[in-house]
Amino acid sequence: MQVGAAMVGALAAPRIASAQAVGRVVIVGGGFAGATCARTLKALEPKLAVSLIEPDPVFTACPFSNAVLGGLREIAQQQFTQDGVERAGVTVARRRAVGVDGKTVVLDSGARFQFDRLVLAPGIDINWSGLPGYTEAAAEKMPHAWKAGGQTVLLRRQLEAMDDGGLVVMSAPANPFRCPPGPYERVSLIAHYLKTKKPKSKLVLLDAKDAFSKQRLFQDAWAKLYPGLLEWVPLSKGGKVVSVDPADMTLATDFAKHKAAVANVIPPQRAGRIAEAAGVADRSGWCPVEPVSFESRLRPDIHVIGDAAIMGAMPKSAFSANAQAKVCAVAIVARLAGREPVEPRLINTCYSLVAPDYGITIAGVYKPTNGQLADIPGAGGVSPLDAPQEFRAREALYAEGWFRTITAETFG
Amino acid sequence: MRRGRWIGLLLMGLSGGAAHAASPDGPFGAMSCSGCHATARGVDTAIPRLNGRPAAEIAAAMRDFQKGERAPTVMGRIAKGYTDPEIDALAAWFAAQRDAP
Ligand SMILES: Cc1cc2nc3c(=O)[nH]c(=O)nc-3n(C[C@H](O)[C@H](O)[C@H](O)COP(=O)(O)OP(=O)(O)OC[C@H]3O[C@@H](n4cnc5c(N)ncnc54)[C@H](O)[C@@H]3O)c2cc1C
Repeated sequence: MQVGAAMVGALAAPRIASAQAVGRVVIVGGGFAGATCARTLKALEPKLAVSLIEPDPVFTACPFSNAVLGGLREIAQQQFTQDGVERAGVTVARRRAVGVDGKTVVLDSGARFQFDRLVLAPGIDINWSGLPGYTEAAAEKMPHAWKAGGQTVLLRRQLEAMDDGGLVVMSAPANPFRCPPGPYERVSLIAHYLKTKKPKSKLVLLDAKDAFSKQRLFQDAWAKLYPGLLEWVPLSKGGKVVSVDPADMTLATDFAKHKAAVANVIPPQRAGRIAEAAGVADRSGWCPVEPVSFESRLRPDIHVIGDAAIMGAMPKSAFSANAQAKVCAVAIVARLAGREPVEPRLINTCYSLVAPDYGITIAGVYKPTNGQLADIPGAGGVSPLDAPQEFRAREALYAEGWFRTITAETFG
Repeated sequence: MRRGRWIGLLLMGLSGGAAHAASPDGPFGAMSCSGCHATARGVDTAIPRLNGRPAAEIAAAMRDFQKGERAPTVMGRIAKGYTDPEIDALAAWFAAQRDAP
């Protein structure tokens, strides 16, 4: 690699081959976007000084966390450390970033990290002012489980403790939010759990939308697998939850109050709050970026990748975050060498399970078009509606392979 | 993703067209593929690896997928996002990659 780096450097820009550090990159957030970006930067250019700021010593992955709720997996299978990131030569600081001051990131310890390029990859935060009644205390009774970890375990325990015959009520937010098919995969796998363990129970999903990702595929599967057990209430039928009350376990729409034995509130979201502190979030709460380098439109020396960023047609997924992180690393190496980043192509594939051997996918291929990442026409789309069970089983198998592959690439 | 994976960059830089010579990324979108197609050894998955496979084999698979042949699941939909020259460049790039240890 020494030779390779020197040669690429020589072809591209002689500066890269010099002996001293060729630049300082600081990355905030060690999830799918941040950890991938850190490792890719060191692989592309070992002489870069790369630091990763991440407070959590153990990262709990959201993909497949719905299978934990369905009783099909244990939470430990979702967990990864930053050891592989450190092995790649990245300096890891187990702290939270609280602000950006000029070319310096400020941590909650008061420590400061100087950067030439900064990457913000903080994922989402819950928008605590987005749903009346839904506070951090309320989330301890009505978990969101939209950041995996303790919340996931809490919701699973509540499902396990519920009497057979109980009513589970879920709510899904308006767009945009993390993982567009996620609520529908979750409702499917909770339905699977109830069907097999608590068959007298019912499940209602109150939705702030009339349409959702892979809708026909999900609805066909629900009709086949969970008839009479699962009800989806769209916006137009009064599905939008306008407030919640943890004291009496109710979710209110404009038309009715739903009292739940177990409630899972998937609330409105926004970019992780460091984005706002750094001045890269707009009024929507998310971060507008250039589609080639993912540089912020508000502060060009800061790149924003993953769920926090507005990525045009690309959904907020771990697959997208990982793909964007690799493109971002290439763009940073180019920028530090004084070159223009090359126009990228990106892929996303979101796998969802509706039952253990029943997988469905949506895929897209994207390129920058008129200042946004746009679908390449003719490519992408969802699994066929009329596929045989063997096809669904194969997509479920590939889903597991995907999870092992992407977590190996992200965390080493 | 360890060092071996990037050796191909060098080869691409030397043998590829001018457009890729300065690009450590490999050609269009090559880096997205490793989300599903493992580059590290020892990953337990039914999805095949691409590193080091003959370029002709990869290119033929992509063209078949575009036509709906080989009973693809998701690759039929993804392959349609690539032009003929892009497929050839991708295939050459992967052929030159080595698995990470
Ligand atoms: C139930 C569910 C199922 C899902 N299933 C899938 C799936 O099947 N496929 C798929 O592709 N995607 C799936 N997703 C989406 C996926 O989890 C996210 O898109 C992905 O995690 C985004 O990556 P990220 O790096 O942007 O954010 P994250 O992975 O959340 O990482 C952000 C990191 O930043 C850290 N951080 C935040 N603020 C700071 C700060 N101030 N200082 C330092 N560190 C900070 C956090 O601790 C965290 O570790 C699912 C999501 C959910 C909720």
